[in-house]
Amino acid sequence: MRSVLVANRGEIARRVFRTCRELGLRTVAVFSDADAGSPHVDDADAAVRLPGSAAVDTYLRADLIIDAARRAGADAIHPGYGFLSENASFARGVLDAGLAWIGPPPEAVESMGGKIESKRLMAAAGVPVLAELDPLTVTETDLPVLIKASAGGGGRGMRIVTTLDELPREIELAQAEAQSAFGDPTVFCEPYLPTGRHIEVQVLADTHGTVWTIGERECSIQRRHQKVVEEAPSPLVERVDGMRAQLFESAAAAARTIGYTGAGTVEFLADEAGRFFFLEMNTRLQVEHPVTECTTGLDLVALQLEIADGARLAPNPPATQGHSIEVRLYAEDPAHGWQPQSGTLHRLAIPGVATQFTVGRTASGLRLDSGVRDGSVVSVHYDPMLAKVISWAPTRQQAARMLSEALARAQLHGITTNRDLLVNVLRHKAFLDGETDTAFLETHDVFAPLVADDAVAALAAALAIDATRRKPRGVPSGWRNVPSQPQLITLGDRAVEFRFTRDGLQSIEGVELVSAAPHAVVLDVDGVRRRFDVARYGDTIHVDSPDGGARFDIAPRFVDPAELVTAGSLIAPMPGSIVRIAVAVGDRVAAGAPVLWLEAMKMQHQISAPVAGVLSELPVSVGQQIEVGAVLAVLTEDEPEEQPK
Amino acid sequence: MTVLRTAVDRGAAEYQANRAALLEKIAALDADHAKAVGGGGEKYVARHHQRGKLLVRERIELLVDPGAPFLELSPLAAWGTDYTVGASVVTGIGVVNGVECVINGSDPTVRGGASNPYTLKKVLRANQIALENRLPVIGLVESGGADLPTQKEIFIPGGQMFRDLTRLSAAGIATIALVFGNSTAGGAYIPGMSDHVVMVADRAKVFLAGPPLVKMATGEESDDESLGGADMHSRLSGLADYFAADEQDAIRLGREIVGRLNWHKLGPAPEPDPEPPRYDAEDLLGIVPTDLKVPFDPREVIARLVDGSDFDEFKPRYGSSLVTGWAALHGYPIGILANARGVLFNEESQKAAQFIQLANRADTPLLFLQNTTGYMVGKEYEQRGIIKHGAQMINAVSNSTVPHLTVTMGASYGAGNYGMCGRAYAPRFLFTWPNAKSAVMGPAQLAGVLSIVARQAAEARGQEYDEAADTQMRGYVEAQIEEQSLAPFLSGMLYDDAVIDPRDTRTVLGIALSAAHNAPVQGAQGYGVFRL
Repeated sequence: MRSVLVANRGEIARRVFRTCRELGLRTVAVFSDADAGSPHVDDADAAVRLPGSAAVDTYLRADLIIDAARRAGADAIHPGYGFLSENASFARGVLDAGLAWIGPPPEAVESMGGKIESKRLMAAAGVPVLAELDPLTVTETDLPVLIKASAGGGGRGMRIVTTLDELPREIELAQAEAQSAFGDPTVFCEPYLPTGRHIEVQVLADTHGTVWTIGERECSIQRRHQKVVEEAPSPLVERVDGMRAQLFESAAAAARTIGYTGAGTVEFLADEAGRFFFLEMNTRLQVEHPVTECTTGLDLVALQLEIADGARLAPNPPATQGHSIEVRLYAEDPAHGWQPQSGTLHRLAIPGVATQFTVGRTASGLRLDSGVRDGSVVSVHYDPMLAKVISWAPTRQQAARMLSEALARAQLHGITTNRDLLVNVLRHKAFLDGETDTAFLETHDVFAPLVADDAVAALAAALAIDATRRKPRGVPSGWRNVPSQPQLITLGDRAVEFRFTRDGLQSIEGVELVSAAPHAVVLDVDGVRRRFDVARYGDTIHVDSPDGGARFDIAPRFVDPAELVTAGSLIAPMPGSIVRIAVAVGDRVAAGAPVLWLEAMKMQHQISAPVAGVLSELPVSVGQQIEVGAVLAVLTEDEPEEQPK
Repeated sequence: MTVLRTAVDRGAAEYQANRAALLEKIAALDADHAKAVGGGGEKYVARHHQRGKLLVRERIELLVDPGAPFLELSPLAAWGTDYTVGASVVTGIGVVNGVECVINGSDPTVRGGASNPYTLKKVLRANQIALENRLPVIGLVESGGADLPTQKEIFIPGGQMFRDLTRLSAAGIATIALVFGNSTAGGAYIPGMSDHVVMVADRAKVFLAGPPLVKMATGEESDDESLGGADMHSRLSGLADYFAADEQDAIRLGREIVGRLNWHKLGPAPEPDPEPPRYDAEDLLGIVPTDLKVPFDPREVIARLVDGSDFDEFKPRYGSSLVTGWAALHGYPIGILANARGVLFNEESQKAAQFIQLANRADTPLLFLQNTTGYMVGKEYEQRGIIKHGAQMINAVSNSTVPHLTVTMGASYGAGNYGMCGRAYAPRFLFTWPNAKSAVMGPAQLAGVLSIVARQAAEARGQEYDEAADTQMRGYVEAQIEEQSLAPFLSGMLYDDAVIDPRDTRTVLGIALSAAHNAPVQGAQGYGVFRL
């Protein structure tokens, strides 16, 4: 093996490249048009374009990727996670092309690829499983049930159903999502455990029959069935005597049953008593593999490569040490239905990062695995994960504290992220007590912004803006010999009023100005000196402090009336493409009725009529790519009915 | 380079007393300014807001560049009269899209923004400043026209408002009218005579005669909109160049117009990074004595006004009652003439005449710091030619063409007011400190002179002089002259451009100098015949 192509993008591609470089392997990247300027392209020794941007046209095109490997002279392909990583026919295609496949045998992938099949296989091997339900025969007593995409992963296509009425519609939607995400509409149902713990075991198996179970991870904190916070070891497993041994035994049995080789993960759903049921086996490297690397000191990617090259594992894995927590930093708005965000990420800076992509277990420290850099454009085409931030420390409390502090102080500019939520989780008593389950985010109030009252931050932003304004040196800003009103800067819905007088700043009671520069403002707030770092990007301004960050949109002083949109316009809430239109111009629509669907970030968003009326304009068509803020349709509201006299 | 030293003792009782007295006067000034800001009072302000309109100062705040200074001119106009302080109009110098402009906006909350005689004086003064300093003029128009009961004082001279606009235009100075409301009859010529006109939809009303008058004149039925609305003027008459959706939009358009004027200042640019004075401007309050009879060293003032407190004195040993010398203020070179001990003697007059000529030769603006009781009187000085010497100084001041800025720091009496570039000598800008007084002579002297003349007349007629009546007369005259020589009264008469807080002097002069540099700065080519 001399040269490895990574059939993936973002942080995982960069992660694999890092190990390849260390092992003296050349690296080849593939990239879609949307990713042409991405860091993973620059990290590789060579890169091959995959024309187009949608995943189905690019990272899901096995033929193009194998061709790319051939053209760039790669002799091995690492699939990363997601995309084609669990696609057996791709694995087979790679092998048929005479290339090395960094992953398990295609047969092993296949046996775990269908979730229905894999559960039967596991049950036979003595691994505890949850009963499988046929969607057509689900009855009232089975509720609630969980619909899952058979080919799925990452929560896509998963839906919880609590009433029989909604079942057919939800199945239809799950099938559509499964088709769009995985190219396979097959779904199945299983009993839904509303509160469980997601526990998984990292498995590593060589081609000589050695199977390692190298520690469990707990990934119970999830949103929409996607993991948000992951850690090793699991607080539950730590607590329940003997649970670890049983888990490891089941995981090893699972791997052996299917003749697994390489790195894989066996996922279980556990209850508080420590009983657990097989969910699925992921036949690939996991997103959250760094927590295992941090607690074991192993480089899992290096081991994957070595196993693919025929290396032998030692009889026993190393012992684990300390505690590691990973958070997934997403471009999304948890407070608004986790809506994915796109746009330019102006800055991502986490203070105290000791290593990037490397295992690098120091006494304690932070690891950052990021797929973006300052100025990266986050597109609507792929998963909105920006980066993973991982802490390692001797104890769980220390690891949580380090991570929450670093996140609170991080500079995350340009795109709304789930940072505040992550910090709230890491600081929550229930989390610190190890009381985590898959309903954590629904049952704990962790959605408050870190900076709850942003009045002082807004003032700091206004003073920084003022500091950039051209004015004669030595003449106070906004000087008036006949003062009549304060200066006004409108930031979002905050009208910041301030005035410089001979006696200092007049604005918020108890706040005095120490210094103001375009990028740093120091204020004395009720006798305590506080520093705010300010960064401005066009009409957006970010204010960061150890207490968290605040973002404001600077309202223009004037609005050109020509730029105002017609009342009754339906505006695109995010960029995406129009997948379906339900009505035509002239149609009467009821309030709440769907007008059209927008696909963005692999999810279908329904745009409904806010009021009853007649559709007067429809400037878009199916398939059209639209920008955020674009007018999708204009509705002429019905006149209110006249009251009888 | 000579950095001035200071001898100010902040702990001295005199300093503290001076400071306390001046702070009291500043508080009174602030109260007077608040009256101007209050416009027509709460009721009319509320009504104006209810109509969805901005107050004149809100319009101005939105018009000028954020953070930039705005120097309001003549805020005390009509002080001490029956009219509202401020005279129902706001004028000033503000920066609009990077260009210093004269802004003049009617205050519609004061009798509908109608013009009284003081309004007229104030607007004409602002126009004069625009013309002399080459500053674009932006009118924020919403005025009910003339205050009819005083038409005799404003109708005939008022025509100059329109003449000024076209003369400004002829001089290459842009004139912009943003019409927010009424601008009818004569007022219609404000947009009519302006280079650029913006009218606000459904608000602007620009016609020579309204529906009732049209009906009376011709029998024609009409309405406001068809006679003079923004829509009509922008589509049909062409009087409006821009149709604004609302007030904010009109201001936005006004800013855009200024941005497209391709405006360049013709005076030299200032030094880029001027050093602030080395001494605190706060001290000015303690330096100026409460009693104008007590002289003070103007170098202490200069040290708190000029860049780096750096002042190179000219002829320090000659005519020492007048301090002259060179400095820079906000990076602009200036020559300064400052009274040191009030009285101008023969030497001081000649020194001033020479210094003014030198400044003109070097194209250097002049700053006059007034604290003068006038030219010296008495046999010796008359015989040595004090009239001739004073005349030399007045000749030089009158014919000097570099920008003049005058600050009345204390006394400004007699012909000293003339020689030190008082209002009649057309300084580009004249500002007054709240403690200042100006009159032909001091109240006591004036009353005394009247008393002596009356006594002599009585004696000539052989009548006995009524001492009791004399005392009463002197008291009355003294009080009246005192009242009429005070800063707010004179400012109310439009004899200065503003009464300012002494601590703001450097800022105010910086703004004034910067404004003056929109026009070329050129010294005089010739003077009147100097009587030597």
